[in-house]
Amino acid sequence: MKVRLKIWRQKNSKSKGAFATYDFDGVSPEMSFLEMLDALNTKLVQEGREPVAFDHDCREGICGSCGMYINGYPHSPVPGITTCHLSMRYFNDGDTITVEPWRAKTFPVIKDLMVDRSAFDKIQVAGGFISVNTGAAPDSNSIPCRKKHADEAFDSASCIGCGACVAACKNASAMLFLSAKISQLALLPQGRIEAKERVREMVSVMDELGFGNCSNTGACEAQCPKGIKLTNIARLNREYYKAF
Amino acid sequence: MIKLDAKIPEGPIAEKWTRYKQSVNLVNPANKKKLDIIVIGTGLAGAGAASALGELGYNVKNFCFQDSPRRAHSVAAQGGINAAKNYKNDGDSIYRLFYDMIKGGDFRAREANVYRAAEVSNDVIDHYTAQGVPFARDYGGTLDNRSFGGVQVSRTFYAKGQTGQQCLLGAYSSLNRQIKLGTVKMFPRREMLELVLIDGKARGIIARNLITGELERHSAHAVVLATGGYGTIYYLSTLAVNSNASAAWKAHRKGALFANPSFVQIHPTSVPQLNDYQAKLTLMSESLRNDGRIWVPKNKDEKRHPNDIPEEERDYFLERRYPAFGNLVPRDVASRAAKERCDAGYGVGKTGLAVNLDFRDAIKKQGKKAIESKYGNLFEMYETITGSDPYDEPMKIYPAGHYTMGGLWVDYELMTTIPGLYAIGESNFSDHGANRLGACSLMQAAGDGYFILPNTISNYLAPEIKTGKIPTDGKEFGEAEKSVTDRINKLLSISGKQTVTSFHKRLGRIMWDYCGMSRNSEGLTKALKMVNELEEEFWKDVNVPGSSDEVNQEIEKAGRVADYFELAKLMITDALHRKESCGAHFREESQTPEGEAMRNDAEFAYVAAWQFNESEKTHTLHKEMLSFVEVEMKERSYK
Repeated sequence: MKVRLKIWRQKNSKSKGAFATYDFDGVSPEMSFLEMLDALNTKLVQEGREPVAFDHDCREGICGSCGMYINGYPHSPVPGITTCHLSMRYFNDGDTITVEPWRAKTFPVIKDLMVDRSAFDKIQVAGGFISVNTGAAPDSNSIPCRKKHADEAFDSASCIGCGACVAACKNASAMLFLSAKISQLALLPQGRIEAKERVREMVSVMDELGFGNCSNTGACEAQCPKGIKLTNIARLNREYYKAF
Repeated sequence: MIKLDAKIPEGPIAEKWTRYKQSVNLVNPANKKKLDIIVIGTGLAGAGAASALGELGYNVKNFCFQDSPRRAHSVAAQGGINAAKNYKNDGDSIYRLFYDMIKGGDFRAREANVYRAAEVSNDVIDHYTAQGVPFARDYGGTLDNRSFGGVQVSRTFYAKGQTGQQCLLGAYSSLNRQIKLGTVKMFPRREMLELVLIDGKARGIIARNLITGELERHSAHAVVLATGGYGTIYYLSTLAVNSNASAAWKAHRKGALFANPSFVQIHPTSVPQLNDYQAKLTLMSESLRNDGRIWVPKNKDEKRHPNDIPEEERDYFLERRYPAFGNLVPRDVASRAAKERCDAGYGVGKTGLAVNLDFRDAIKKQGKKAIESKYGNLFEMYETITGSDPYDEPMKIYPAGHYTMGGLWVDYELMTTIPGLYAIGESNFSDHGANRLGACSLMQAAGDGYFILPNTISNYLAPEIKTGKIPTDGKEFGEAEKSVTDRINKLLSISGKQTVTSFHKRLGRIMWDYCGMSRNSEGLTKALKMVNELEEEFWKDVNVPGSSDEVNQEIEKAGRVADYFELAKLMITDALHRKESCGAHFREESQTPEGEAMRNDAEFAYVAAWQFNESEKTHTLHKEMLSFVEVEMKERSYK
């Protein structure tokens, strides 16, 4: 099949970008979207042109490296998957596909579709941990935890840190991302000990970095490839109020 | 001449590690901050080591090529992590875990190291739990276990099908704590391109900043490689597409011996290749074999839909060949059996390179709901990738390169043959012998990083407290940086016609065909010649566009593939010299009349450690003889 690709090209963080259009023939419906981009890049290199830069690694939806806007949707027009899991069979011959990087002030573009998400690491450094030294842990079964809470903590902890929630939000809010970590640790007994300090410091760093506030529109939840629930934000807010 | 000394402590096996720790040289807490340690990689081993060393008070610099340490490929491990807790009261113990690993590794691992890996496994689980890793729990609130990888006890801790992700995020959280405390400085989007030696000791690295292209000099009193395996040498594998062997290979070229390079685990259950542009093979967890039955049609020219093929015309070849273990035989056995059927012309799917993994009987017996609760997320993933629904028709699966048991040779202290250079996790030749058991990789990587290296590194660093800061403006750093610059410039200047990826694919194909699941002398000899020719062609005709002072993913790939040609030759050389079948290494010349692997303990009960000779670009073999005192050497049979 043949597709028309409109891809955001930007040389570096300082330059001004623009869309470039590529008519690309020979796409197989069995390709993944990223394999289609690989094929485009092969063609560009062979023609002496610069390939499109994009982040990717595991290609199985778990590392959180990939992420781009495709036809106006973060990651993919198909809900619940990362870009690397999007298959070309979801497109039709002759389709125009628009591809952009995450758009958020806090995620500056590095090149083409690559953005700088180091702000996410900074939020985690602020307090996304339990202060336990190696060797100091008690026997695992001496910290029992309700199965319900452990399962919920797991659901929150399955966030892959891709940034789709921020990219989807009109306020570029990182509340879903932060709340996933707060929830995970708040639900576990071993996480309760530092719960107050954790939420205060992580929220404060998130604000300093310039992420917007939650506007309760739920775009983050709708676009999250891992199904992280909005209820995490409710828990974050409860934890935050309790922390002062 | 290198004399291999594994430095195994004296005493009974269960006391070796304790005795070692009692006598090891220590560094006074006040002196630790005078010592710098570089850690490359942020997976379970790397992030674990960096945070544990930071907690001890050392100055740690931690590097990764991803944009965040949370993305290291440990993240993709699915099934679980083993520990000898015996929480199930089913007779498990440190000894039994040790025994299973030695036997599973087909008697090609070092007893003392394996015992220690089993010994620290319990501490690993405790540490992850304390970090907040949400392992699966029972209703009473205690941790749950499952049976995994064909062993007789339930010792596998898990977090659904995302155990690697959850453990990695635990490791990442401890790393973040140390970053906040200032003991660890993180350098993401950096790739180590050279190791710097001063007076024969590892003293630093040259790293390329993948955003600016700038080459950076970093010095330290010790360097730790936690850079994972080299499964992407096959191009298509279950690994992340950027995983590579370059850091380990640079170390090898500088004098670190590379052990058992041909020991590669091929995982039997991955989604088969669907098209020529495919970039990776997605793993379908081994746990599927608990309920799925593997089969191919008995008729070579079968055209019917698999559901229309009657029972008597199906060949459940694992159940037929291995009645005792059936579909649960170890990975290498299952992989080879699938290859055998496909090579004989019975494969299914468009390419004929696939076998059926069928849940029909399990769904009939247990109900769709029960199957969904066990494998729901995997079935969904399979459908997302292939567009076919495994509830309605069999999955198609085929083996894929997965884990490399080979790696840098290390002694009991996890130090390579270069003083001050350590290798941990999958990057060392490890505790898995010729074949790794399921759920032992996370266990070993975390054990190395958290509990072993932090205890052994002080033995080397104790005399270093008087060394002082190591300057980066000396001639050794200058020469190392120049060699990196020269190579990048050379790659950019070739301006040939073929892409880096096209070379990688061709190399992968050669390795898969001749140095994959099944090897023979003729094929290996042919492969060696083919790789040599391909490498020559690469250096004449590769096209690396762009420049070196910007983001240039083609330069990154080119350097990795260039190193893979050299490693490929060593893998083939190793496979060629080992004229026995053992574990994942199947030499067709060494098999029983029934086609099963035949080990040759009289001639090959050793670790093959290869030394690189710079002048002639050849390799010299060194043998570390293995002796088995605790476990009697036996044939590994699954009949």
